Parts: sequence; C-alpha cells; structure tokens
Amino acid sequence: MGFVTSYKLRLRRKRWLLRAYRKGRELTSVVDRTKQIQPSDVLLFSSVRNESVRLPYFLKYYRNQGIRHFLIVDNDSNDGTSEYLAEQNDVSVWHTSASYKRSRFGVDWITWLQTKYGQGHWTLVVDADEFFVYPFCDTRPIRALTDWLDASSIKSFGTMLIDMYPKGQVADTPYEVGQDPLECAPWFDTGNYTISKNSIFGNLWIQGGVRARTFFGDNPAFAPALNKIPLVKWDRRYAYVSSTHMLLPRGLNLVYDEWGGEKASGCLLHTKFLGTFLPKADEELERKQHYAASREYQIYASKLKSYPDLWCSQSEKYINWRQLEVLGLMSKGNWA
Amino acid sequence: MSVGIIMLVHTALDRAEQVARHWASHGCPVVIHADKLVPQDEYQKFAASLSNLQNVRVFRKFSCEWGTWGLVAASQAASEIALSEFPDIGHVYLTSGACLPLRPVEELVDYLAGHADVDFIESASICDVPWTIGGLDTERFSLFFPFSWKQQRYLFDRSVDVQRLLRIKRKVPGNLTPHLGSQWWCLTRNTMTKVLADPNRTKYDRYFSKVWIPDESYFQTLSRLHSRHIESRSLTLAKFDFQGKPHVFYDDHLPLLHRSDCFVARKIWPYADKLYQEFLNRPTSQLRRAEPIPQKIDRIFDKAVERRTRGRPGLLMQSRFPKKGWENNITNSEYSVFEGFDQVIEDFPAWLASVTKARVHGHLFACDRVEFDDGQTVFDGCLSNQPGLRDYAPKDFLLNLVWNTQGEHQCFQFGPQDKQKISQTLVQDANARISVITGAWAIALSKSTEPAEIIRKRAASFQRIEKAHIELLRSSKTKAKVKIWSLAEFLEAPVEHLQPIVKTISKLPHSPLTEAPKLTDLSGFGTFLQQLKNMGMPPYLIGDFPIAEDTKDGVRTYRKSRVMR
Repeated sequence: MGFVTSYKLRLRRKRWLLRAYRKGRELTSVVDRTKQIQPSDVLLFSSVRNESVRLPYFLKYYRNQGIRHFLIVDNDSNDGTSEYLAEQNDVSVWHTSASYKRSRFGVDWITWLQTKYGQGHWTLVVDADEFFVYPFCDTRPIRALTDWLDASSIKSFGTMLIDMYPKGQVADTPYEVGQDPLECAPWFDTGNYTISKNSIFGNLWIQGGVRARTFFGDNPAFAPALNKIPLVKWDRRYAYVSSTHMLLPRGLNLVYDEWGGEKASGCLLHTKFLGTFLPKADEELERKQHYAASREYQIYASKLKSYPDLWCSQSEKYINWRQLEVLGLMSKGNWA
Repeated sequence: MSVGIIMLVHTALDRAEQVARHWASHGCPVVIHADKLVPQDEYQKFAASLSNLQNVRVFRKFSCEWGTWGLVAASQAASEIALSEFPDIGHVYLTSGACLPLRPVEELVDYLAGHADVDFIESASICDVPWTIGGLDTERFSLFFPFSWKQQRYLFDRSVDVQRLLRIKRKVPGNLTPHLGSQWWCLTRNTMTKVLADPNRTKYDRYFSKVWIPDESYFQTLSRLHSRHIESRSLTLAKFDFQGKPHVFYDDHLPLLHRSDCFVARKIWPYADKLYQEFLNRPTSQLRRAEPIPQKIDRIFDKAVERRTRGRPGLLMQSRFPKKGWENNITNSEYSVFEGFDQVIEDFPAWLASVTKARVHGHLFACDRVEFDDGQTVFDGCLSNQPGLRDYAPKDFLLNLVWNTQGEHQCFQFGPQDKQKISQTLVQDANARISVITGAWAIALSKSTEPAEIIRKRAASFQRIEKAHIELLRSSKTKAKVKIWSLAEFLEAPVEHLQPIVKTISKLPHSPLTEAPKLTDLSGFGTFLQQLKNMGMPPYLIGDFPIAEDTKDGVRTYRKSRVMR
C-alpha cells in the first residue's frame, strides 16, 4: 500500500466523519439518559424503524449479555417504537424523519452518536434482528470478552452474519412480542460460504449462506456481504465505511489471522426471516431506502412468495455457540 | 509455623481486600504492596478497610509497571516487613491481587510444614527455556533496558537495536548464573533472609534493575545461590498464552480449578463472582494431602495456543484467512480425484463406492451442472448444486466440500471437459490424490454420433486442455500426490493399477478387489483413433494403442489382463 492510497483513505475517513457530523444534525433527542453511562460500560448502538414487535426481546437479550446502555435512532416509526424505547430506563432515543438511504443506511447517524458518546467505550453496533454470539457467551458476560480484548491490545472483534430461517414458509412463521426469534427460525446453512479479501480496506468479504443458495444462484456476486465488525473499542477518529462491514483506519479490519492461526471471533445470528418479514419487505420496497436500489428487497419480494421453503434437508438447527465453533463459523482463538 | 503472604496489587482492590482477609483470618500474615499508580483516595479506602486486621500490613512505595524493577523492589520491601514483623513465618509466598487460593489455607500450611526447607520457585537456566516471548532470552541479561516496553515501545525497540549494533554485552556480576521462571514463588525464611542480607545485594540490585522483566529472574537466580533445596515449580497455577500474557480464569473454569488441586490460581477475572464465592468459602473439615496437578488445566490452554497459532487446516472464516503458503494444508483432509476412469470403466463411481465405502461423486466441476453423489441437489453443509454458485468461487467450493464431510473420504471425477479453474488448487494441495488416465476422453468421443469435424475439434481441444493440466501436475511445485497413466498403459493391467488406489481410500480393514470393474466396450476405438490421425489430429496422450489390431481380438487382449493375479 503506497503513500498515496494511504493518504486517500485518510481523506476518505475524514470525509465520512464530516458527513456524520452533518447528518448528526438530523437527529433530535427524544430521551437522553447518556449521563448514566459509566466509563467501563459496553454500549449498544442501533437504528430502527417500526421494530416495536422485536425490541422487547432484543433489549432483554442484550441486557442479559451485559450491555449497560442502548443508544438508538428511531427512523420515523409509526408503530410506537419510539414511545416504547423512551420508557426503558437504560435507553437513550433519537428521532429522525430524514432519509435512511442518504444517511448511508443509518451509518452516518450511528457514527455521529458513537463519536459523541462512544469515545473510549466498547461499542456494539447491531440491527434489531441481529443477535451477537461470542465464545463463552452462555457463561461469561460481554465485559469478560472486552476485558480480554483490552488485555490483548485488540481494538475490534470480527463476526460473520448467519442467516437464520424457519422450516416451512416464512410467511407462515408467526412471531410474537417478547418471543425468542430463534424459536421460530432456528435453522441455518453451515458450510457454503465464500470468502475473499478486499485489497483496499483489508477486510474480508464473506458471502453465501441461505440467501446466496436460494436467491442469488444465478448472480452470486450480488449476494449480500456477511462479514461484520460490530464490536469496536471506539475512538472518535474511527469511521464505519459501509454498514458495519468495514472501518477506517484499515487496521481495524484485520480481525483475522494471516499466518494460519485463528483469532477469536463471533457470529451475528440474523433473524430477518420471520412472518413479520414479508409485509415489511413490501413496505421497504415501496420506500426504496435500501442498498443498491433495494435490489435485495426486490428479489426477496418476488422469490419469497414463489419459493416455498428456505429450509433444506442439510439445514442445521441452532443449539449454541459451541456448535458454531465446531462447524468453523466462529472461533475461540486463544481465549480459553 | 505459618506462611507469610506477600501481595502485589494494582487494580480490583475490592477483590484483593477479600482475598487478604481470607488469608489473614486463617492465620497467615499478609503484607500488601499497592502500586504507586493507584489513586490516593482509592488506596486510603483500601488500607482503611484492612486496618482492623492485626496481621495485615499495607504500604505503597514503588510504581510496579509490568517488566520493570519496581515489582522486585516491592517484593523485597514486603518480604523484609514480613520477616521482621512476623517471627512465626516459615515460608514467604508471593501472590498478586488477582490470585485466588483454591484449597483451604490449612492445607497449604500443612503442606509447607511438610516441606520445611524446600523453596518452591520455578528456576531454569536461560540456555534451556523455550518459553520466552519476543526473542529476548539471553539478551534480557546482556543489554540495558532503560525504557518501558508498554509505554515507550519505540524507544525500547530502538535502544535494543542500537545496543545490538554496538555489541553491548553486560557482565553478569559475581558468580551468578542467570535463571528464569514464574514470578509467583514461595521461599523459606532461611533462603529469603540470605537473599535479602547478601553482602553483594547492592551490586546485584543495580544489575537487575536494568534487566528486562527482572521479576522473572531476580529471585530465580539468587535463590540458586542461597537455597538448600529448590523444587523448580510454582505452587501457583498461572498459564501464559502465546504472547506471554496470563490466561484469565472465569466462572466456567470452576470444575477445572477444583480438579487441579493447586493451592493458588492466577489470574482470576475480578467479576468471577462464583469463583470467589466458592473458593473463599470452602469447608476445612478434612485436610487433604494431595499434590497439585496443574497438567489437567495445561491441556486446555495448550489447545487454545495451538488454535491461535496453527488453526484448523482447510478452514477459511472471518478470523482465519491465511496468506498463500501459510494454510497448513489447503483443505482439511485427503480426497481423491479421478480423471478418465469413468470413461474406461462402466459405472465407475458406483463401483468405487462399493469397493471403498468412500463418498464418490460424479463430475463436480462439469460445465453445466454439479454431479453430487446420488444426484443430490444440496450436499452436506447446504452446498448447492447450482453451477453458478460453484463457479463464483471454485476453491471455496472444494474447501467447503472437504470441510463439511470430515471423517469421510471424498472422491470425484474430473477431466478436460470440466471447468478447469480448480486445477491450480488441486495441484497445490497436499491432500489431493490425483489419478489420471490420459486420453480417456477419446472413448466417449468415439461413441459420439456427431459430425466428424466437430468431433475432431473437440478432441483437439480436450487434448490441449489435458496436456496443459498434465504439465501442471508434473511441475516441481506440485504438492498433490499424482499418478498418471496413458490410456494404453492403463488398459494393459487395469486391476493391478486400481488395486493400490482402492487400498489407500478404502476404510475396510482388508480389501482385495473381489468385484472386478467392468471395462467399457472398446470395439471400433482403434479405427476411431486412426480416423483422428487421418484428419491431422494425432491423439498422442492415449499412448501406444494397437490401432492395427482393431478387431474383436484386440479388445479381447485387454479383457484378458483383467484376470487377477
């Protein structure tokens, strides 16, 4: 990597940060409880839209992992999301009716909040349908992980997004408020992922899983990226480049070992495919606020209706993180 | 007799207080040194909380950054206090604020009473230890280390460079032989007194204060001078990872720590409530005289280091993506590639599966389809049979196939009619066993009813592709195990050639070929070859096939050789 490219990336990072600063002005505070934040707290950032059905379990799951404060951007929900969040005493809420697409799919808003409140904290950036799984997550709180990362001088923690799905038609999979979505959609693809390296940003690019298998067979290059770096010890100089797939400075993307070993890593269980999804997909298609002209949503809308089942005879049912470890979908690295 | 506990603390003071209270209330005097960097108010609160205990002393004097002399100075000062103020002490045990006693204090006292003149200190001569990290093993004694490794890393590294350049070699004072070992020792009053009262102590201290990580070498070296009986092991269970950083124990290690029978473990995560709750409240009804067995715990930590440094072969994931040449085998386990066999032998996959019990696929890399075993549309691991997905990343496809079927030998057919991109990967993979019958593609062509000109073109193209492939297989960089026959060569004794292949794949204990494969009908093949030649396309990869004898007899000659010897 030459000096010029390196400097270009620096400028790019500055530009994203400036942009976040500008887009941050689109946010208005609904409830600000950030004064409660303690220096050692792990913070969760998310931007949501009409997630009142999912949020109760989402908050419960992450509180249980040891998240101390939630900083959430509500993008103009009309289902009571904002009101529900405002009632929670460990949540700070911001509202915006500005364009999701033009905030780079929420990244600018989140970067702004991270810059303002996340300095020096471990920050977890996830969507309302993503559930973070890390080694020993059933016995050790997230603080154990971040303490270990600190002691190892590691600043970012890599994960892979695993698409979970139900057995049977997605439309026929009801989901009720407060329910564990993994009860409804416990299945996943275990060994059909492809992986390559982005030479500019140094991050890995992972594709595959059920979405590639069922929706992108003719066009695998368009299958969504599954690599994510959601847990970062934040510094105000950092900026997410595209969703949480990659960051600048580039060193933060080096969450993988290049000499044959395995670094510790986790998974994000992605529970998008529930009964609540189809009406949402239609709505999102209408709003046209998603990545690449909502191409993904167009495919979902057309294919999910004709596709009877995401499940196949080789699908695996989720048990726990140890199963994912054995399957090679995450690693303990040298954390024991 | 009792044991004097020296405790060096710098964080998690509440836990340190809890443990100190535990030692003290079980009759062991405790001398605590707090790092100078602990804020004044925190320190005072901490000291005050322990002030009601008669046999606890707390002081704060040195800054104890990792790898610096402060740690040794603090241990010396604390030992002096312990020895002078508590005459009852038989041993001095060095611990940290993150240490936790795993067995009842009485058992430790009892154990040490039984080893009254034994010094428990891991101490190995520097020539013979493999565990130092960062390449500074002998140099930590022969160079000066005025800069902090943690805070002034750049200056630290440069000063090492400069001293190497200047060939600086410090002389080890007196008759000391540098020794290294775990800093968590337990020394007798006798040895400790002699170390502290050594007439040359100022000289030694001056030397060691510029050694790197002196807390791993000061007492380890000096006890060699003064001890009557050294047991070179630590009573504290402390494991280090591949970067020399201590492993941390959490609540889920509870059963493991129980079984280790070690007296003290380090380091405990300060929020491991269950561990503190359990081990500080153990009943002391019966004294057990068990020896510590740290090996039980060693195993899981050794495995962790192995995973971090070597990883699982054949796995690519978000935290393992080796550079070329660092894969430690491209795929997970051995598999076999057969080229041309399905042309020569009828129903070859089915036959191979029946004699080897391996998983035998058709042409996995066929141009327009993926021929999984049994015609499955989705294979193990949800691997799809859509050629688009396979061609998008053929190498990942192969890696996934082998990874998903661990414990099972995979076989598949390959040939010049297939997508060739995977060829490179196959050749570089030491797990690949590639068996080739060159020119076998001509058999299918000979049975084709297509116009001669098209067949000629196709034959030429296949031959060109196969020639390139064979050159690749024969190149010096090839890591795969390769066996190549020409068609003519193979047909001379097919069963003999197949026998060793089947033997290596087969999972059955003893497997002579009971079921001979059925060779395909080759009548008319010689004529076909002659026609190709006549059209200006010599099929040289086929070998010396007897074209003139292209009669029923010719075929029969080959059939004969099928008889087993």
